[in-house]
This record gives sequence, structure tokens and C-alpha cells, in this order.
Amino acid sequence: MLIIAALAAGLIFGIGLIVSGMANPAKVLGFLDVTGNWDPSLALVMVGAIGVGVVAFAIARRRPQSLLQAPMRLPTATDLDVRLVLGSLAFGVGWGLVGFCPGPAVVALGTGLPKPIAFVIAMLAGMLVFEWLDRKRAG
Amino acid sequence: MTIDWAAFTPYASLFGGVLIGISAAMLVLLNGRVAGVSGIVGSLLRPTAGDVAWRVAFIVGLLSATLLATIVGRPPTITVSAGYPLLIVAGLLVGFGTRLGGGCTSGHGVCGISRFSMRSVVATLVFMVAGFVAVYLLRHVFAG
Repeated sequence: MLIIAALAAGLIFGIGLIVSGMANPAKVLGFLDVTGNWDPSLALVMVGAIGVGVVAFAIARRRPQSLLQAPMRLPTATDLDVRLVLGSLAFGVGWGLVGFCPGPAVVALGTGLPKPIAFVIAMLAGMLVFEWLDRKRAG
Repeated sequence: MTIDWAAFTPYASLFGGVLIGISAAMLVLLNGRVAGVSGIVGSLLRPTAGDVAWRVAFIVGLLSATLLATIVGRPPTITVSAGYPLLIVAGLLVGFGTRLGGGCTSGHGVCGISRFSMRSVVATLVFMVAGFVAVYLLRHVFAG
């Protein structure tokens, strides 16, 4: 059941990205271009998603287990550290350079087009570099 | 700043956002997990037993969305103007940055803000502003 739930959630997430226009890097860049000809659409994606999310997480926070009896695994970190800021900074720059963030990149990968494939390979490489450095740091 | 009214899609974007919220609600209420795509993908590169299948299922779901949209005759519009060198640099930054920062647009931007996490609010502000600055420099300073 957990697998089917995750599959359904992924499918709805992907449809949401496509319907909202967020799967299209050109539209994302239109949103990030605040000093130019600005397309505010993606602010509404956030409004819609967070509007539902606030209710869901308020319920989730009160439950030790999910409805399918899985342990509730919510993030516990609260520290505003250098890693959070530097990581988000690097991510934001990469996002602004081409208009892809991880979710839309995976959705775009589904088209089989060469550019999304190149981006996802580079993204996985970047994640592997992080894993390698993180393991080295942990000793 | 001018508003690009021709490109503005308020209803489709709000509805798509609600779908993303429903997906995040399903994953947390049914699976007890946060719908953060960078974490779901990235953790597969350091797999732990019993924590792989749901991640793969979620990713297969994301990929199926494109397939489904294409089958029903509404294939997603994916316009990538960046060339390969820029795509590679951006991919490396997005991959490394989201893992170091512990999340992306979905994990911090949607789920984190929905939990009122101060870390996620800070992360979202940082990556949004970084994105604004990157686009400003690329389009209005170095584009010539």
C-alpha cells in the first residue's frame, strides 16, 4: 500500500507541475525575471500548494503514525547554519541559470528530450559530489 | 518591472499548486514522509535497506505524469533555451546545493513553509533571491 500511495503521490505531483506550468523552464525563468517582464504565475503555485500543505502538516504533526501505520518522519533540524544558506544559494543560482529545479527536471526527463537528460545527469553528479564530500567529512 | 499579462496563468497555476499540495498531503498522511524531490532522489544515492521502494515509486509517478499527459494529448511544454555548458553547470549547482541545503522548491518551499519551519523559510528566501539575481545578471547585464 505504501508503494502505491507513493506512486500516486508522485503522479499527482507531476501532473500538478505540468498543469501549473512549472515543468517548463521558460515559464520558471519568466517568474524569476522580476526586473524584466514578470510572469507572477508561480507565486500562485506556491499559494495553492502551501494552502493545502498547511492543513496536511497540521494534521500530520499530531500523529505518531501515518494513516497506513508508517512512522511519521518529519524533519527535526532547527539550526540556521552555513550549510543551509550556502546550499540554498548554490541551488538558487543553478535554478536561475536554466529554470530547472529537481521536480520539474524529473518530469521533463520523462519526455526523453536530450537537454533534460543532460541536466538530470549533471544534477545526480552534483548530488554524488555532495555524498562523497559528506562521507569524507564524517570520516 | 512590468507584468507579463500574456504569460500569466493564474487559474492553471493555482490549480496545479493545489495538486502539488494534495500530493504532499498524501505522502505525509499516508507514508509519513516529506515530499521533497531533491531528498527523495538524493537519498537513493546513499540507499538504506527498506527505504528505497517508496522513493523509486514516487519518481516513477513523476515520470508517469509526463507519459499520461502525452497519452491524453496534452504533452508538457518544455522549453529549454540554455545550452549544454550552462545546463551542466546549473545541474551540478542544483544537485550539490539542494543536498547541502537539505531541500529544494518542494521540500523547503512547499512542505517546509507549510510546517512553518524557520529553516525552510530562510532556505526559500535565499534560493528565490539567488534565482532572481542569476536571471537578472544573465538576461539584463551579460546578455548585452
